[in-house]
Amino acid sequence: MRILLVALVAAAFPWVMHALGQDFYTSFATRVLIYAMAAASLNLVLGYGGMVSFGHAAFFGAGAYIVAILAAEGITSLWIAWPVAVAGAALAALVIGAISLRTRGVYFIMITLAFAQMMYYVFISLKAYGGDDGLSLPGRSSTGLGVSLSNDFVWYYLVLALLALVLFLLHRLLHARFGRVIEAIRENETRATAIGYPVYRYQLLCFVISGAVAGLAGALIANQTSYAGPTLLHWVQSGTLMIMVILGGVGRFWGGPIGAAVLLVLEEVFSASPLLGPYALHWQLPVGLILLAVVLFAPQGLAGALAKRSQ
Amino acid sequence: MSGILFLEQTLNSLQFGLMLFLLAAGLTLVFGIMDMINLAHGSLYMIGAYLMATLAEATGSFWVALPLALVATALVGAALEVSLLRRLYERDHLTQVLATFAVILIANEVVRMIWGNQSLMLNPPAGLTGPVTLPGGMQYASYRLLIIGVGAAVAVCLYLLVTRTRMGMLVRAGASNREMAVAMGVNIRRLFTIVFALGAALCALAGAMLGPILAVQVGMGENILILAFVVIVIGGIGSIRGAFVGALLVGLVDTMGRALLPIAFAKLFSPPVASNLGPSVSSILIYVLMAAVLFLRPQGLFPARG
Repeated sequence: MRILLVALVAAAFPWVMHALGQDFYTSFATRVLIYAMAAASLNLVLGYGGMVSFGHAAFFGAGAYIVAILAAEGITSLWIAWPVAVAGAALAALVIGAISLRTRGVYFIMITLAFAQMMYYVFISLKAYGGDDGLSLPGRSSTGLGVSLSNDFVWYYLVLALLALVLFLLHRLLHARFGRVIEAIRENETRATAIGYPVYRYQLLCFVISGAVAGLAGALIANQTSYAGPTLLHWVQSGTLMIMVILGGVGRFWGGPIGAAVLLVLEEVFSASPLLGPYALHWQLPVGLILLAVVLFAPQGLAGALAKRSQ
Repeated sequence: MSGILFLEQTLNSLQFGLMLFLLAAGLTLVFGIMDMINLAHGSLYMIGAYLMATLAEATGSFWVALPLALVATALVGAALEVSLLRRLYERDHLTQVLATFAVILIANEVVRMIWGNQSLMLNPPAGLTGPVTLPGGMQYASYRLLIIGVGAAVAVCLYLLVTRTRMGMLVRAGASNREMAVAMGVNIRRLFTIVFALGAALCALAGAMLGPILAVQVGMGENILILAFVVIVIGGIGSIRGAFVGALLVGLVDTMGRALLPIAFAKLFSPPVASNLGPSVSSILIYVLMAAVLFLRPQGLFPARG
């Protein structure tokens, strides 16, 4: 029931905003949807797989940069650029995961961070593709079907459809044998090994799938803002994605999307200067206080608190 | 590659490494003993630098302001531990990340409300503004020598504190096996508060000493925080000795990379390529170092547990 309601609200949102003359919020909502996808991808490894990746911005940023670089080289077709972005991010996840998954715990956190920072500096050094300043796209990818994505309505519905598809596939995946196995590994790795599961291969596959989804989200964010810059790969970006997942609920299916939506909406509300006047400059203070309140009063994140409520 | 340049860069890396050590020492103890990921450590560094700049302005003396700033930041740290962080020790690492990230946001905003957006100026102490001539005829900033001296002195003091005093014994006991230390009757709550306040004071010292060289501004903590984490992971979490070696290693690799790689690349590539490649490759070097250490010695160079 609840999912239908959410889908209905999401589908009606641009029309309502258009009727209210607030088209800006359609673009904002698109950003929320993209970050929801990125956070959901992180939740797959972090929440379900128990692998605390502190370098997820690497895959997000790689997806964005691949689309931007292809566009700079004249390839703007969605059908080429996006699959390449997803494949590139998956490949990066394969390499980084294959090495990082030999470590555990805090060391896994730090080694994934290390690889993400390496990618960050690699892209900064690509002076041909913007270096520190990043790379602007001439426009959104072309579909070749006579539909232009520069229309914010069309763009919103495409992103919404992709998010729905990704969430559906993730849901299937998590309720299939694969999902059960990676949760079993999270709960007790030794036991999963003893039963005979190839733990390393399952974890690596999980990491690669997550990286690929993050790459798709990255390709979308580059299209959304017509820009790919090094800040997309910075550790603060990895941290923000992690905060979204923890805020929403680690290992809760809706944790990533809820966390992304709540964090971005909080930022938007508290930094809206028409509403709060000069106080809007200090939006980090209320956001910080609310995050603290969630830590102290909703230990399972917001999705956990919601689930408890409805029981 | 002249000898003078090499000596100068060695001193620079020593200076950077020792300051990193001040930050990493507190972080590694909090992490090792309390098993707590404290992202807000960088905020204490920022608060220390701001308090120092304000107190130096008010008192007119670097040397009067320094101890005041250290004590004030230690009190801020103790207050933070007692009011909030204490509730997080039993929670998982991710919750600690979220909570201390929230503390970063709050600290940044409070600092911005009190001191404004402009970065503050902090002058080096009188008499230490110019260069001195070292034996061998090399000119070197006297204030940077002071930083090296202070950093080395603090490192020695910390070493004595940890290895020769009763408190240090408790700290080591807590780092190697917390449950056992509690079972032996150690007042772990008080120990935690003291260690946290000590870590905060060390942050303030680093912030105060680096203030005249770097800009005192909001966000200064976040940049150096990750480097401090890299240091403690290389050194082995919970080990002061490891933090010391790790900090010097990171300082050396970073500074030498920045100074020498562009020169090396200039011989291999065209000048524009070399000037682009140098800084980014040297930034990458630190993380390559960390990844290599973790690959070969997953517990860091000096594991504290075991």
